[in-house]
Amino acid sequence: MIRSGIVHIFLFFVYVLAQAVFLKNLVLFNSAFCFLYVAFILLLPFDLSNLRIVLIGFLLGITIDIFYSSMGLHAFATVLLSYMRSYWLSVITPQGGYDTGNSPTISTNGVQWFLVYAIPLVFIHHFVLFFLEATGFDMFWFTMLKIIGSLLFNMTVIIFLQLLVPQRRKI
Amino acid sequence: MERLLKFIYEYRALFAFLFLELVSVLLIVENNQFQSSAYFNSSNRVAASILGFSQGVREYVSLGTINRQLAEENAILRTTLEQRNQRIFADQIPVLKDSVLSNRFEYIEAKVVSNSTQFYKNYITVDKGKLDGIEPGMAAISISGAAGKVKSVSDHFSVLISLLHTDEMVSCVVKNKDYFGTAQWDGADARFTNLRYIPRHANPSPGDTVVTSGYNAIFPKGILVGVIRTATLSEESPFWDIQVALAQDFSKLSFVELVKSNLKNERDSLEKVTISEIR
Repeated sequence: MIRSGIVHIFLFFVYVLAQAVFLKNLVLFNSAFCFLYVAFILLLPFDLSNLRIVLIGFLLGITIDIFYSSMGLHAFATVLLSYMRSYWLSVITPQGGYDTGNSPTISTNGVQWFLVYAIPLVFIHHFVLFFLEATGFDMFWFTMLKIIGSLLFNMTVIIFLQLLVPQRRKI
Repeated sequence: MERLLKFIYEYRALFAFLFLELVSVLLIVENNQFQSSAYFNSSNRVAASILGFSQGVREYVSLGTINRQLAEENAILRTTLEQRNQRIFADQIPVLKDSVLSNRFEYIEAKVVSNSTQFYKNYITVDKGKLDGIEPGMAAISISGAAGKVKSVSDHFSVLISLLHTDEMVSCVVKNKDYFGTAQWDGADARFTNLRYIPRHANPSPGDTVVTSGYNAIFPKGILVGVIRTATLSEESPFWDIQVALAQDFSKLSFVELVKSNLKNERDSLEKVTISEIR
């Protein structure tokens, strides 16, 4: 448990640095952004309490905000994602339930389950983020294009990273 | 009381969620207000140095272009200086004697640490701050044209609102035709901005130069903004629909000059007095 905590603190900084230094400059076709940091929240272990996840989400969001000069924007979207995570997880519980200590990854539950788990959450995150940034529905279709583009880009990166990085059964 | 506490404890995740969302909304509102003195953004020292690292890599690739632009600007400045000197000697134009007026604007150069063009609200972080004399509200111009204005400052860094920010409005004038309008970005394409409020009877045409008007005391008069790309007039609209190709390519922005307007306070307070007298 303690070891897992240290690993996650380390991962937190890795995600933030990757986002601030590298992914911030990586925008495809001027519309597809990569907000890989949401994967940190998505892949937190099952047995973490909802309160903690929300707090971690706020901390992560506000850190990303500092780098994007967009105070509160990422924090709002990430806290929402963090809060909905546990409810969505209980809705899509597979037969036999989850193993405590594990994380909701591809290696524990399979690609299909992971897509069902991640796509709606990431979509809500991006939807809230982009429409809050646009402060309204003035440019609805352009914003929608950004949301869908970013969703596809982000999901591809999240899945490829999980397939590339060898997963241990339990951290 | 005990039951209330129990209730709160029971739903602690929900309350934490609501509280944190409220905090986020307050931060967003605070950030959207112009010229806040927020220190908790990318003018933060640690954040700025991390961002500076990635900008450094990008800048290294475009060093050649930056050098050529600087050399071109030098050449233009030298030519205008020489022309002015010749005119002063030849035509005996009286030189402005009042040093307060002739030193109205001071320029401070700064390096871009972080910049974006793809959001609706883009910000630029630069490596000069309060200790270098930067204050919120100062204008930022680049080699090719207007770039933005200072939003908030820390000791060593400042955050600018880019011209590519949907709430940023700059008072502009169509050069040689003297029609005033407001440049405001629509959020779509980083290469173009829109010029609004040019009346129907005006005759702007593609190719006309758009420069700052100097009416809002932030930008000096005559800073290049861009060149009119398309100008259309629809049946009912009271104003022209004008798209302006920006002079500065914001995706390649690497140095800016911050303009300190020394008479800004005097002018602002005079205008304030006048406005309050009218009321």
